[in-house]
Amino acid sequence: MARETTTMTKDPILKVEHLSMRFGGLMAINDFSFEAYRGDITALIGPNGAGKTTVFNCITGFYKPTMGMITMKQKAGKEYLLERLPDFEITKLAKVARTFQNIRMFSGLTVLENLLVAQHNKLMQASGYTFLGLLGFPAYRQASREAIDLAKHWLEKASLIDRADDPAGDLSYGAQRRLEIARAMCTGPELLCLDEPAAGLNPRESLALNELLKSIRADTGTSILLIEHDMSVVMEISDHVVVLEYGQKISDGTPDFVKNDPRVIAAYLGVEDEEVEEVIEQIEEIEGGQGGTH
Amino acid sequence: MANIASTTASAGTDVTARALREAVFAGLISLGLFVLFVGLKSDQNIRNELILNQRWGLLAIFVIVAAVGRFLMVAYVQPAMARRKAAKAEAEDVAKEETFFSRHFSKLAIAFLLIYPPLVVAIFGVQGSLKWVDNFGIQILIYVMLAWGLNIVVGLAGLLDLGYVAFYAVGAYSYALLSTYFGLSFWVLLPVAGILAAFWGMILGFPVLRLRGDYLAIVTLAFGEIIRLVLINWTEVTKGTFGVSGIAKATLFGIKFDASKDGFAAMMGLPMSSAYYKIFLFYLILALALLTAYVTIRLRRMPIGRAWEALREDEIACRSLGINTVTTKLTAFATGAMFGGIAGSFFAVRQGFVSPESFVFLESAVILAIVVLGGMGSLTGIAVAAAVMIGGTEILRELSFLKMVFGPDFTPELYRMLIFGLAMVVVMVWKPRGFVGSREPTAFLHERKAVSGSFTKEGHG
Repeated sequence: MARETTTMTKDPILKVEHLSMRFGGLMAINDFSFEAYRGDITALIGPNGAGKTTVFNCITGFYKPTMGMITMKQKAGKEYLLERLPDFEITKLAKVARTFQNIRMFSGLTVLENLLVAQHNKLMQASGYTFLGLLGFPAYRQASREAIDLAKHWLEKASLIDRADDPAGDLSYGAQRRLEIARAMCTGPELLCLDEPAAGLNPRESLALNELLKSIRADTGTSILLIEHDMSVVMEISDHVVVLEYGQKISDGTPDFVKNDPRVIAAYLGVEDEEVEEVIEQIEEIEGGQGGTH
Repeated sequence: MANIASTTASAGTDVTARALREAVFAGLISLGLFVLFVGLKSDQNIRNELILNQRWGLLAIFVIVAAVGRFLMVAYVQPAMARRKAAKAEAEDVAKEETFFSRHFSKLAIAFLLIYPPLVVAIFGVQGSLKWVDNFGIQILIYVMLAWGLNIVVGLAGLLDLGYVAFYAVGAYSYALLSTYFGLSFWVLLPVAGILAAFWGMILGFPVLRLRGDYLAIVTLAFGEIIRLVLINWTEVTKGTFGVSGIAKATLFGIKFDASKDGFAAMMGLPMSSAYYKIFLFYLILALALLTAYVTIRLRRMPIGRAWEALREDEIACRSLGINTVTTKLTAFATGAMFGGIAGSFFAVRQGFVSPESFVFLESAVILAIVVLGGMGSLTGIAVAAAVMIGGTEILRELSFLKMVFGPDFTPELYRMLIFGLAMVVVMVWKPRGFVGSREPTAFLHERKAVSGSFTKEGHG
């Protein structure tokens, strides 16, 4: 019930409707719909191979979905249909930034340069598409100073300020993860999509990541959509959890609701033969209850 | 004490004994290898009969060189290198002090190039300077400029372009044809040639944008050949393999470099010599090359330059950051092509004659080799590589004393490419990232630290 009331007051930033993605004969995602709300941290979880990263790639334009509609609604009220935009415009216009499951760093550029590349479009405009900047117009110098300040801000947040002039490839794994998030934030997104940000982190780094994500939401109001296997991260920071299995949504709600959902437990832990009937009964009960409230 | 001395002494004899043993083996192996190749030579005599010449002396030289070389290598070079390595490992903590020379290398090099023509004139006289200014100065600087232009495409954006010479050809023919058919001046056509080449760069860019790595290299290679074949076969306009000759010379603020009354020599009250025109051309190509370097340095600090380098590092990450990789690649192609075109029009005005033969694939390969040898992305390294490679092959022409060693039919120029290849192998083994493998960052917060070559990527096309 509580979930229903929060849904009513919150406005969705991202709406995924009837999303399907087919690779040849494989239906990777099948009629998947969910909403991410503005200012929330939404987690997308599911067993390996459930299609989480495919959903991400559809949202960020790296795949074109076979069917379905993905609507991004910005703060100013402007709406974008993400399945129609090329991938780079999803970041540029729709303001959706992403990170990758296997980190994609510009390893030969320094940490600071990584963050400056992320501000490409803004700087491009300030430099008059290179021509004015080449002639030394002051507008570009001003803009590049501001870009460095913004980069500094995010480096401090990600506690990487001491490594600013080192090559990104020289950072440790955890630091690279943080840098990738800082880099995505430098594009000025309204929705930040993180693909397994805690993968490969030790418990302390995991904790620091939680703090970083919370502070991103608190300070900038950026909504976050994340895929995660680390339940300590998911349960600790997310407001809303969507569970995916075999390309279909099996649960959707608050972390507590999802944690106790027998379908989720069954998907993650499996069910013993003699308990199958019991679980089905439980599921039907919940669905009956939900039907009443709708 | 005596004990230690005796052990070192025995180690010394050990090494010598080993060296002798290996020298004998090396001698035997080379004897086995060369006995049929070198020791015996089949020839035809005057009656067209096949005879066998025996060259035991030459074979002995080969074997002795191999044996002595192996002995010196094992007995002296290897221990010396091991000692140096050990000393280096010990002295690792001591920060490498930058010498005045290495810190101001580029400034010193530019200053040297500025005083190079007067210096040469002072040493060799006006006529004697011709060879040094033209064959060495101008020739090397053309390749420096071409390599710097290609560096934008290959070194910064990481797009492997094997057909760069096509843009050089476009620039050269733009000047040659537009000046012969329409009588336009060099100074008007210099930017026009650049723009036309950039335009062709974009035309090439569009179809190849979806290709990466080897596929991109093959298409650019094909493009280079297409341009050359068009130049050969479009005889009505380009005169085919005969080429365009009698191309107008450049002028300095309207002053011509000829024997006429208002020519440069007459105006300055100097005796007529073609050396003045060459010196003028030297300064012209120096200015053009420095312009290329300046623009490259400025562009690297612009968002577009950073996007090129980011593209080389990771294209997918670029797109996830909202960078339009299509236009970014196109601008890299166009900018690189533009400098190639400008260098081409200079080439046309210097030679006074262009033909498709000047724009064969080998030229592309040489320019690419210079970029790779110098260290992709490094302007200084590339300039040094161009000087070594082009200057080195020019010097081979001067080595007439080699004829005394190898006999009068020996023409060192013919071994140019052999030495070029050997040098490349040596440099790539010794410095796999080229002369300057590290990368200068374009922005810094606290201090500018060079990025080691082990972190930068070569790009996937």
